[in-house]
Amino acid sequence: MTKQVKRLDRVIIRFAGDSGDGMQLTGDRFTQETASFGNDLSTLPNFPAEIRAPQGTLPGVSSFQVHFADHDILTPGDSPDVLVAMNPAALKANLADIKKGATIIVDSHDFTARNLSKAAYAENPLENGSLSEYDVHAFELTDMTVEAVKEFGLSRKDASRAKNMFALGMLSWMYGRPTESTIAFLERRFAKAPDIRDANVTAFKAGWNFGETTEAFVVQYEIKPAPMLAGTYRNITGNLALAYGLIAGSTQSGLPLFLGSYPITPASDILHELSKHKRFGVTTFQAEDEIAGIGAALGAAFGGALGVTTTSGPGIALKSETIGLGVMMELPLLIVDVQRGGPSTGLPTKTEQADLLQAMFGRNGEAPVPIVAPQSPADCFDAALEAARIAITYRTPVMLLSDGYLANGSEPWQIPDVAELPTIDPKFATEPNHTDAKGQPEFWPYLRDEETLARPWAVPGTKGLEHRIGGLEKGEGHGNISYDPTNHDFMVRTRAAKVERIAQDLPPLEVDDPGADSGGGAKVLVLGWGSTYGPIGAAVRQVRGTGLEVAQAHLRHLNPFPSDLGDVLKRYDAVMVPEMNLGQLSMLLRARYLVDVVGYNHVRGLPLRAAELADAITDLIGATDPSAEPTVETTQEVVR
Amino acid sequence: MTSTQLPFPGLRDVPTADAPQNRKEFTSDQEVRWCPGCGDYAVLAAVQGFLPELGLKRENIVFVSGIGCSSRFPYYLDTYGMHSIHGRAPAIATGLATSRKDLSVWVVTGDGDALSIGGNHLIHSLRRNVNLKILLFNNRIYGLTKGQYSPTSEPGKVTKSTPMGSLDNPFNPVSLALGAEGTFVARTIDSDRKHLTHVLSAAAAHRGTAFVEIYQNCPIFNDGAFDAMKDNESKADAIIPLVHGEPIRFGNDGQRGVVRDPATGGVRIVDDPDPADVLVHDAHASDPTTAFALSRLTDAGVLAHAPIGIFRQVEQPTYDDLAREQITIASQGTGDRATALAGLLGSGDTWTVV
Repeated sequence: MTKQVKRLDRVIIRFAGDSGDGMQLTGDRFTQETASFGNDLSTLPNFPAEIRAPQGTLPGVSSFQVHFADHDILTPGDSPDVLVAMNPAALKANLADIKKGATIIVDSHDFTARNLSKAAYAENPLENGSLSEYDVHAFELTDMTVEAVKEFGLSRKDASRAKNMFALGMLSWMYGRPTESTIAFLERRFAKAPDIRDANVTAFKAGWNFGETTEAFVVQYEIKPAPMLAGTYRNITGNLALAYGLIAGSTQSGLPLFLGSYPITPASDILHELSKHKRFGVTTFQAEDEIAGIGAALGAAFGGALGVTTTSGPGIALKSETIGLGVMMELPLLIVDVQRGGPSTGLPTKTEQADLLQAMFGRNGEAPVPIVAPQSPADCFDAALEAARIAITYRTPVMLLSDGYLANGSEPWQIPDVAELPTIDPKFATEPNHTDAKGQPEFWPYLRDEETLARPWAVPGTKGLEHRIGGLEKGEGHGNISYDPTNHDFMVRTRAAKVERIAQDLPPLEVDDPGADSGGGAKVLVLGWGSTYGPIGAAVRQVRGTGLEVAQAHLRHLNPFPSDLGDVLKRYDAVMVPEMNLGQLSMLLRARYLVDVVGYNHVRGLPLRAAELADAITDLIGATDPSAEPTVETTQEVVR
Repeated sequence: MTSTQLPFPGLRDVPTADAPQNRKEFTSDQEVRWCPGCGDYAVLAAVQGFLPELGLKRENIVFVSGIGCSSRFPYYLDTYGMHSIHGRAPAIATGLATSRKDLSVWVVTGDGDALSIGGNHLIHSLRRNVNLKILLFNNRIYGLTKGQYSPTSEPGKVTKSTPMGSLDNPFNPVSLALGAEGTFVARTIDSDRKHLTHVLSAAAAHRGTAFVEIYQNCPIFNDGAFDAMKDNESKADAIIPLVHGEPIRFGNDGQRGVVRDPATGGVRIVDDPDPADVLVHDAHASDPTTAFALSRLTDAGVLAHAPIGIFRQVEQPTYDDLAREQITIASQGTGDRATALAGLLGSGDTWTVV
């Protein structure tokens, strides 16, 4: 039958199933197909901390959401248009996020009395009318998969495992996705098990054909490619982009990369990735604990390497003392914190931004550490390179604050031209820099560069520059142990001043305030940092779509702040700071600039919802300027 | 002499000095601030005397320490040095030694630093066999914090923090190191300069983690802890000398000997043993069982006797050599780094917008 083709500008699909159903793989493949088709996209994987929670239960549900469009988008979306639920638990766990009228595709195979009871359904929702306000399509996906692959002689259990590929094939047909990359992927992935390979490829194709022939679907959808700048693109997750950024930091500085790390969710993928790239001179050291991970990185930094440690919040707590040592010894060191829900073990697989104050202050004494935060998955590349630049240039530990959403989420990345990447000069000390009382040349390890206040980095093996450093207070210049009160006061202030000097290299804060150029402009500024960039941007677009004015700015540098931040804040009548914490940036801004910022705070382990944030921004605009009224009535989410 | 001709495999990749060196060149301009009579002075003198004999470039030697009295050590040597934080020196030195094969890396630590707060790093560097030399100054007390019992103090020790006597069972550092499968494990005494130098030379020569426990007297908080081994009257009965290839005998007239104990599978001390029964020390045995049995001859309580010497000295692959080898293998054919980086960034499924 010929089907109607309907054009859409954007779609949000959520694949949900049991942890063992392969939903992350399904979502990832759909994403790759979508990326190669040329849509803009944003993804949100969401999975439990348990590797295999009890099968069929609510805690075992794993999901993958992908938002794709014919225009540029900023978030994985608040509410899916399509939910694919592979069992009753997946339906139940995700239904609250789905708007009325949305499409729900379920595998009815698992809607048995036993599985319904595992998901705490008293009766079958497919039969009792409770889903009447949705567009529900229930199919025997498992049975159709088993039937499609029976020629390969697999057990029923093994055959049914390919049902995720059947579902993927069906959705790929529905949205006109190119299939070559998934078939090539399956052939690679299961190259050593031909029957499994053939079953998966066959299930995938069967799903496609089913979509095309079934009378249940009368429409196929088309989402045109999004206009993008000329260039070569790939889809990339934050952890992968961050790992690449670290390798780039190594090649651009000429320093060998040394990673000292201990496995921790959601940072381990960076360790895994870097361990694959030893051909770039990368050493990956899986340490006995978090402390040894950073200790080894610091030892390597003393020897002239780009020392890096990767972890999440609980690991930062353990590394604090060594970070303080790095501050005292003034050596370059990169500390990557892929933040997750806390405190303590918290929500290991969920996202949060609640380590900002730990990064800022979580050490004994006055121990300033520069902080850099990426704003999107692909931006993790640039942020890692920037963090390396600051660490090497200023001889200091630098904290790079990613988070679980950035780590696992993905988006298209325009692959940069390596020749255009900034170079970083480590400027190793090679000669004495001082003369002793007898007129002999000597080396003073704490004689600073006047511009940056950075001390010389003299690595072992350099003749004539032998010196000792450590955690005890140093005398300014000569660097010998000093308990002198005046010297300590001076050194504490100098270390703080050195970190403040970083701001002199930073560009002015970019403020997106369309009306400002024509003399008007917004009265309310929304200021964020880190992964809230997407939701804030989407919310700001929604608010502007109603005819209201609002300005947006986003901080890459949390310490030091850009030099003009105070002036920017004072230009606005009200400043809203959305964060996935209880107001940590708000606290820093209030303390530093005496500005009464308004917090917008959620700690649900998920990205902020753009629509809710848009409502809060609209309310703040109304409270700030009662004459401001929306001029455009809209009931639809505005996403441009 | 070029580095490849050095007789010491442990220092194979460390460049050698152009001219002979002396002790003064290894002495920094910093005033030594240990208490008068501290055993650390003797160890420092031995190290300053022995380092020039290695014939290495001074700038390729690094001493890393933790926290405690002994950890001030690096300040007094004119090499590269780091006085780090409590217990972490082996971890820091592991990163340095792994990333720089041209350095001779030494760790100076104490019984509290290495066995309490830093116990984890110690056992893991031993099991990895990183090319490090760990000198553990054991005075069986916390000195820098002014006299609390340590993880090597004898049970029942009365200190400021244990007025009714300490309750915990102490570690035997040599047993611990052997249990962690250390490839070089030795014990020596601060007061015996000749033995100390001999053991340190052997440690420097070893490729892998060399662990040396140094009995070191604290005259302020634990004076006399090792008197039995220093007193001319008693030392012949207190020191059980371990020399590779020699029967293990001691006592004024060598009348005591160490023999195997079939009842326990361990070893025991007997007076006037049949010479045929006396154990001949084999530090090179690949199995550490006998070395461990010998380490158990050390008194856990007040020290009356203990074996001194090299318990174990075996060659095994080192972590840092293997790590560098993987990089060398992986790097073959990488070519220009910028081109390789461009290839990496552009790998995977890509698409081009024109």
